[in-house]
Amino acid sequence: MVPLTALQPGQTGLIHRLRGGHRFVSRLAALGFTPGAPVTVTRNHGIGPLIVAVRETQVALGRGEAGHVLVYLEGDGDATVSQG
Amino acid sequence: MQRLARVETETAAPHVGECVTIKVALAGQPNVGKSTIFNGLTGMNQHVGNWPGKTVEQKTGGCARGDKQFDFVDLPGTYSLTANSEEERLARDYILHERPDVVVAVVDAAIPERSLYLLAELLLLPAPVVLVLNMMDVAAHEGIQVEPRVLEAALGIPVVPMSATKHQGFEALLDAVVAVWEGAYPYNPHRPVILPAHQTVLEELIMWVATYVPKPYPADWVALKLLEGDDEIVTMMQSALPADVWGRVHNTLLHHEDAILDIAGARYAWISRMIRAAVVRPKVGPMGLTARLDRVLTHPLWGTLALLGVLAVVFWLTYTIGSPLQGWLDALIQQGAEALRNGLQGALPRWTVDLLADGLVGGAGMVVTFLPILVIFFAVLGFLEDTGYMARAAYITDRFMHVMGLHGKSFLPLLLGFGCNVPAILGTRIIETKRARWLTILLAPLIPCTARMAVVAVLAPLFFGEAAVWVAWGLAAVNLGVLAVLGVVFHRFLLKGEQAMFIMELPLYHLPNARTIGLYVWQNVVAFLQKAGTVILAASVVVWLLSYFPANGDVTQSYLAWIGKGLAPVGALMGLPWMLMVALLTSFVAKENTIATLGVLYGNFEAVLPALITPPAALGFLVVQMLFIPCIATVAAVKQETRSWAWTLLNLGLMLVISFGAGILVYQIGALLVGG
Repeated sequence: MVPLTALQPGQTGLIHRLRGGHRFVSRLAALGFTPGAPVTVTRNHGIGPLIVAVRETQVALGRGEAGHVLVYLEGDGDATVSQG
Repeated sequence: MQRLARVETETAAPHVGECVTIKVALAGQPNVGKSTIFNGLTGMNQHVGNWPGKTVEQKTGGCARGDKQFDFVDLPGTYSLTANSEEERLARDYILHERPDVVVAVVDAAIPERSLYLLAELLLLPAPVVLVLNMMDVAAHEGIQVEPRVLEAALGIPVVPMSATKHQGFEALLDAVVAVWEGAYPYNPHRPVILPAHQTVLEELIMWVATYVPKPYPADWVALKLLEGDDEIVTMMQSALPADVWGRVHNTLLHHEDAILDIAGARYAWISRMIRAAVVRPKVGPMGLTARLDRVLTHPLWGTLALLGVLAVVFWLTYTIGSPLQGWLDALIQQGAEALRNGLQGALPRWTVDLLADGLVGGAGMVVTFLPILVIFFAVLGFLEDTGYMARAAYITDRFMHVMGLHGKSFLPLLLGFGCNVPAILGTRIIETKRARWLTILLAPLIPCTARMAVVAVLAPLFFGEAAVWVAWGLAAVNLGVLAVLGVVFHRFLLKGEQAMFIMELPLYHLPNARTIGLYVWQNVVAFLQKAGTVILAASVVVWLLSYFPANGDVTQSYLAWIGKGLAPVGALMGLPWMLMVALLTSFVAKENTIATLGVLYGNFEAVLPALITPPAALGFLVVQMLFIPCIATVAAVKQETRSWAWTLLNLGLMLVISFGAGILVYQIGALLVGG
């Protein structure tokens, strides 16, 4: 299980959980960041915000915010759901 | 306009031969084309104001068809209806308290899954919903097949396919609204349900709170929002419930803190079932236009260069087309003022004629001459916004803004500030957290607006000849430098609180719509005229009076001169005579007043000033002029948006200190180097 910031561009993870305050969780949940949803990183340059694709949409996420999104990587032993 | 008192859609029948009004609320997520639909429905017949007591923009409008009048309210664009932001609260409060006859939910047919999330929330509120599948043309272009009839069968509510930018689907939308309103449509919505794991808890909550829920909230909706952890509803029920019941509720909620994720997950699962048969996506299509453009436009290096290029074009267009137009309008207005003076001479007392010609027409003229630059600037920005580029600009600038504790969303209002600081202050409404918003408001007046640059354009060549262009660039850079330093200082040391969240959708690029851009320009210009125009006009008359009396036109003996002479000691520190201090003072009314005042005080100042003032003093003056307290219209906007005199006065005091400090510094150092 890794934070979204650990993913390279092109890598996909399945959302495990969101850490953070209620408003943060609720906002991301509305955008489709719900457990089990696949998220693909489009841009991650080590510094600055990320761009990720979730539920057909490109979303820019601040680095701090992306660090609070925990995902399973494909092939991760913990992953219980395979990517569809 | 008569309204029918109706509660249930099924019970009312239209009155034959009488005009009936149907109240329609337009809901939708951001970037789904809701504004285009609203504009298409209402045309110029719309009113832009604020939600009562709020700083969120509210658009209302109407149209008539046959014996029916439609009243539309454009709800704020929101992703959900939880109390995450003022917009979301306003949208749901409107539906709950004002009870529109029909809610029109707009979704983007090209991203049906994500944009249907709002529908999942809307269906839980007590108002019938008509679904609009907008951007059918874009979806088709992306190879996505959407079947409105299949979706309609699954949802049990009317589904209207539209391509609003191509004017397709408007009649069908009104038909569907009328059908639902008249009860002619078999409205039988299939609503999302909560996961079985939470079903018992939800029922328990409903049972506990049902008798205490204040009107007009539905009990099951309140219970669901409690489970979602909605701040506003939690607070409301805490005060509405007896202590022991609240204790039980509170305990249950603590045990289900993560329920929001499951509830949202269940809504998405519901959406998947609804669209399974109705939407067919291409397996692996060619790389879309958006993806191809974003390979360059969101790249850290190429994207930054592209943004700089875009900004260069924005300013080049604004000034090369705008400035000549401005000069031409200015000449026209002066001719008008002279004609007025000649026409009235003798008919009225001299001071009245002067007041009308110089104070009134001159003041109005100042407002008018700003229009070309503002129109061009807003047209270009509206174009960038409508194509979807602005979100990329925010992404690119986020890393720079972060240093100041701001994020990319503050970039757009600051960019607006180059046109005029007033829309910049109003534009900070898109920033969600109060801390980031207030900091942006504090920094925005440091952006060199067109009016300040216009003053530099007139004065710099007098003192610096060929080098004037570089002086102008340098002055703008000084302003931005001060802005950055001030931002860092406030962020690091003075303002406590949470860093703003940067979560922003990057919409698909699409061709801009001329009508949308036109209305964007129109609304911004009208807002400028209302806010700035009236203030500038009134203040211009006041300054004129101060410069005219008590010596009946001899400005050197006027009240204004008296104030300026009082400031002479400060001026002396900068090597400036009192006339230039007066010019600075009048720039508080409107920045371009500096030039007008110099004209009044010196007559032909272009010839006189270079001999009177040394280059270091001139540079000092220009620095002060650029950093001086914002114009009165900007101050009024700051007060209106923050509703805080303390913050407004802090803003004024800060800029006063910084500008004089910088001016004195520049003059003293310059005088040491070249001899003052």
